Amino acid sequence: MSASPRSVLVVGASLAGVETVRALRTEGFDGAITVLGEEPHAPYDRPPLSKGFLDGTLGLEQVALDMPVDGVVLRTGTRAVRLVPETREVLTSAGERLRADAVVVATGARARRLDSPFGPEQGVHVLRSLRDAHALRADLVAGSRLVVVGGGFIGTEVAATAAGLGLDVTIVETQPVLLEQQLGPLLSGVLTVHHERHGVGIVTGSAVGELQGSTRVSGVRLLDGRVLPADVVLVGVGSRPNVEWLADSGLPVADGVLCDDSGLVRAGVVAVGDCSAWRDADGAHRRRQHWTAALRQAGVAARTLLGLPSSEQSVDLDYVWSDQYGLRLQVLGRPAAHLRCEVAGDPSGESFTATFHDDEAGGVIRAVASVSDPRGFGRARRSVGKVPSTA
Amino acid sequence: MDTAAGDAGVAERVRVGLLADLRLDEVAVVEARGRRIAVFHTEEGVFGVDDRCTHQDAALSDGFLEGCLIECPLHASFFDLRTGEPSGPPATRAVATYPVVDEDGELFVELPVPADGGVS
Repeated sequence: MSASPRSVLVVGASLAGVETVRALRTEGFDGAITVLGEEPHAPYDRPPLSKGFLDGTLGLEQVALDMPVDGVVLRTGTRAVRLVPETREVLTSAGERLRADAVVVATGARARRLDSPFGPEQGVHVLRSLRDAHALRADLVAGSRLVVVGGGFIGTEVAATAAGLGLDVTIVETQPVLLEQQLGPLLSGVLTVHHERHGVGIVTGSAVGELQGSTRVSGVRLLDGRVLPADVVLVGVGSRPNVEWLADSGLPVADGVLCDDSGLVRAGVVAVGDCSAWRDADGAHRRRQHWTAALRQAGVAARTLLGLPSSEQSVDLDYVWSDQYGLRLQVLGRPAAHLRCEVAGDPSGESFTATFHDDEAGGVIRAVASVSDPRGFGRARRSVGKVPSTA
Repeated sequence: MDTAAGDAGVAERVRVGLLADLRLDEVAVVEARGRRIAVFHTEEGVFGVDDRCTHQDAALSDGFLEGCLIECPLHASFFDLRTGEPSGPPATRAVATYPVVDEDGELFVELPVPADGGVS
């Protein structure tokens, strides 16, 4: 960019957008910032929506994201419908034309749904927004039968929450094991045991054929013909980036807005969060839909916009956490099956940390995973990328 | 947040234990007035802070201690135990700090008078 921007327009008011605002201010930017949010609410944090907010232990106040207010105008209920990158102009759903020196694309993603336009609608949910969470919560009545389609993080967390609320829960997952890619076999096994212990049915290796029912859902038919009766269905089968509004912008869009490893899409335009696909070290662009990825990207992209040199980057590994049944799962990196696993603590118990070693590279630690062992995890995460001395 | 209240502002003292039992880089947790306070023994002294990250539900006493900085175990924000200030996101608010006094080898956390005179 030629000169430092004097005004920034942030399109999207969720974690990535809000944290970019904070990072801009932290880096000393004192110009005007406008934030557009499509949803009617003030910014909020999404992780609690499948956990504490869903079971009612957390209220709206506790899920609010706080954003710097000085010189920041937040416009909720305003959707961006078009971007002209050359002039950094954004057209809104209200027909307004907003203009700034720099634009942050942070429009996030939306939940994928099942491709069945003629299926029942009542009782069928996705979970992405506060509105989704309110609707799902209203349907989570003790004694009801909930079928969760998709055993990912959203699906397993909702299953755990719903089991705690007294529902009869079944998870349907196409893969042979729950969350094996993300958690690795060890944690995946522990998680599965806990779901089963809480009475959650797990049907793996099965795909959903269709949802049954006329207006209200009554069951889920699997491709193998089995039918699971259901009063409520949660569909947690991934997301799609909200990038359609950029279709005629000329920006490079595939599965997400393509940007370089500093978040730059083109002069004066950066992209952050779930709508963005940053270029990885191997040259491929990937969407990293993790909470901590959005946070990191916000910090990097803010410096990019201000023309500051990028800060030194630590090893760029995905970090995920999940709270289920009082267990806290934490994973840094990919605990892939070919890595040798060393466990500190009792893996059959409630608290342990595992390190995952690459023996083809001298035993270097590639990933760390723990169950309810935050201290062990905190220690072990510092050894990632290193060869343990006591090998 | 300034909790270094003078004598007049100290409403309550809570015994932590013997300094000799709290090794360097170790933490003790005491409960008082409905809150959990983590007491850390660092090279710069003994410090008390609320045992909860200001960002999300995580116990700072489970965190990794580096000098006077405690790392939140969930999202790796650091808090300076001397001031309570976070080093960066996701935490944005300071964690409450409490003076810890050493009386002949016995440690006490000092709780301030609640601003409204009631239970805070």
